[in-house]
Amino acid sequence: MAEVGTTGSSKRRGEADERLAAAGWLTRLLRRPEAGAASGLVATIIIFALLPGASALYSLQGSLTFLTLSAELGIIATAAALLIIAGEFDLSVGSMIGFAGVVIGLTVRHLDFPLWGGILSAFAVAIAVGWFNGFVVVRTRLPSFIVTLATLFILRGLSVAITRAVTGRTQIPYILDDVPDPGTASLFNGNVLTGLFQWMGDLGWIATRSDGVPFVPGIPMSIVWWIGVTVVAAYVLTQTRFGNWIYAAGGDPEVARNVGVPVSRVKIILFIGTACSATLLATIQVMDAGSADTLRGLLKEFEAIIAAVIGGVLLTGGYGTVYGAMFGALIFGLVQMGIFFTGIDTDWFKVFLGIVILIAVLVNNYIRAKALGEGTAR
Amino acid sequence: MTAPAMELRKVTKRFGSVIALRDVDIQVQPGEVHCLLGDNGAGKSTLIKILSGVHRPTEGEILIDGRPVTFRNPRDAQERGIATVFQDLGMIPLMSISRNFFLGREPLRGVFPFRRFDKERANDTARQAMADIGIDVRDPTQAVGTLSGGERQSVAIARAIHFGAKVLILDEPTSALGVHQAAMVLKFIIEARLRGLAVIFISHNIHHAYPVGDVFTLLNRGQNQGTFRKSEISREEVMNIMSGGEDLRSLEAEIEGLLAVIADNPGGSNAGANP
Repeated sequence: MAEVGTTGSSKRRGEADERLAAAGWLTRLLRRPEAGAASGLVATIIIFALLPGASALYSLQGSLTFLTLSAELGIIATAAALLIIAGEFDLSVGSMIGFAGVVIGLTVRHLDFPLWGGILSAFAVAIAVGWFNGFVVVRTRLPSFIVTLATLFILRGLSVAITRAVTGRTQIPYILDDVPDPGTASLFNGNVLTGLFQWMGDLGWIATRSDGVPFVPGIPMSIVWWIGVTVVAAYVLTQTRFGNWIYAAGGDPEVARNVGVPVSRVKIILFIGTACSATLLATIQVMDAGSADTLRGLLKEFEAIIAAVIGGVLLTGGYGTVYGAMFGALIFGLVQMGIFFTGIDTDWFKVFLGIVILIAVLVNNYIRAKALGEGTAR
Repeated sequence: MTAPAMELRKVTKRFGSVIALRDVDIQVQPGEVHCLLGDNGAGKSTLIKILSGVHRPTEGEILIDGRPVTFRNPRDAQERGIATVFQDLGMIPLMSISRNFFLGREPLRGVFPFRRFDKERANDTARQAMADIGIDVRDPTQAVGTLSGGERQSVAIARAIHFGAKVLILDEPTSALGVHQAAMVLKFIIEARLRGLAVIFISHNIHHAYPVGDVFTLLNRGQNQGTFRKSEISREEVMNIMSGGEDLRSLEAEIEGLLAVIADNPGGSNAGANP
């Protein structure tokens, strides 16, 4: 470690003031936090390609099915990843999904809000919930794990209690009926590139039903939203000052505060981010199903954290990328659908998931040690 | 002589009934390395925290360029040109050199919705700022955690110089370093002095402080035991005052007595050591 100061050691050539040679690109790629998850994804793709059911899994329809699963998880995993990088957890994400659905359902069905009004109300509630989580965490300095665990129960309880008090049931059906607003709904449950898919169907490149409409009418909006969320989050994290502050808030909040980073503000904004991502997912699900269920989103908070961790986000904060969370969500969706298509008993999914988590954490540890130079990992 | 870059007048700091510092006077001139020496418990840490704005003195005043000031917090002190490099260095190991270098002062480019962190400029500036004081950075995007202790210290010093510090406070910059690394850091201290900064070098290691110091202030039990220019005092004298010469002599006598007892009775001491 001592000779690092004077020579380039084994890593780099010794010349100063020059751009690095392109020769190091593979090393640099492997050093990225999401390298483990990316290789894991490739391995998972290959494994399922060798198992029975691969043709169904990797068909257009099968692919879009697992991509939709990945997208729904990816939306919340991305926001969770940013928050974990900033050094906090949000366990209330799953309950927020249920609660946001209830807000949309009740405002539209029982307060006669227009659909867009219901959706906006849900986002307003999400901002309030996220702010509350963040404010309590930064004010009390309690672990966010505990604070958001409380919110988890409060929100889930509120969802069930309010819904049952108003409707007498725990579900709110027919939200989209007699709501003449297909435009708003299609923002969340429609498809894009429908023309392209129809054209491919007409040419016989993809399977169509007997009436000529392709089985897969286009790319579902959930995937579009996922890509959008990922791109925006990645941009913010790597290209902006706020992104630098996110890393600093999780890396060492005291140091960050001393140089003037508004650590509390950063954390509160990211808590609002996770609550809003849950609401976006809830909106997509409600528009898709046409109904809200108070039990929606159960355990989703853990899936989001798992996807981020599989993607190389360090649980203790300060390290990780948005692309990692994307790879994590892809692995998650692929495995879930892959096990289904191979005919393996889906009960095994959770066993597999546990093993993947364990491997991911071990790989991440190794990669981080590499990133910090051998043996100096803190 | 011009007004000192930084001056403490009759500074006292009490924590409840404990007097951590009593009537400490210190003057630091630009272009001068002022060493604050003292053993553990001498009040060095409290003094640093007062200089850097973490604590406020109970009594006495702080002057910058001859004008009295009050620091509300460390950030306030920084804005007045007081850069403190604490032992944790104010750096985040998992972040890159240039991200650390500009943390809290990121250069931006572009207009509002697309205003972004100008990474090219940050990388180039960080590399240049460190090259200016003679640090050769291979890759400003590598994590600070990959650097050696001496290199990290150097980055912190380069950052302080780059952001226009007038007074550079270094808290035990060499204590955790090997000989070679310590020499490197001492070189950067001299570099900072040549640029006209007032350097306050806190240490309990006279062998590191003496070669680069111009002025030595010796602290013991919260009081200033005297401030000397290098020409006025030798290394041995400094050591003597630092450790409290009398204490050291009585300690030596005590140890010799103990060794004599052990030499007289080897079996007995072994039996005591192995229960």
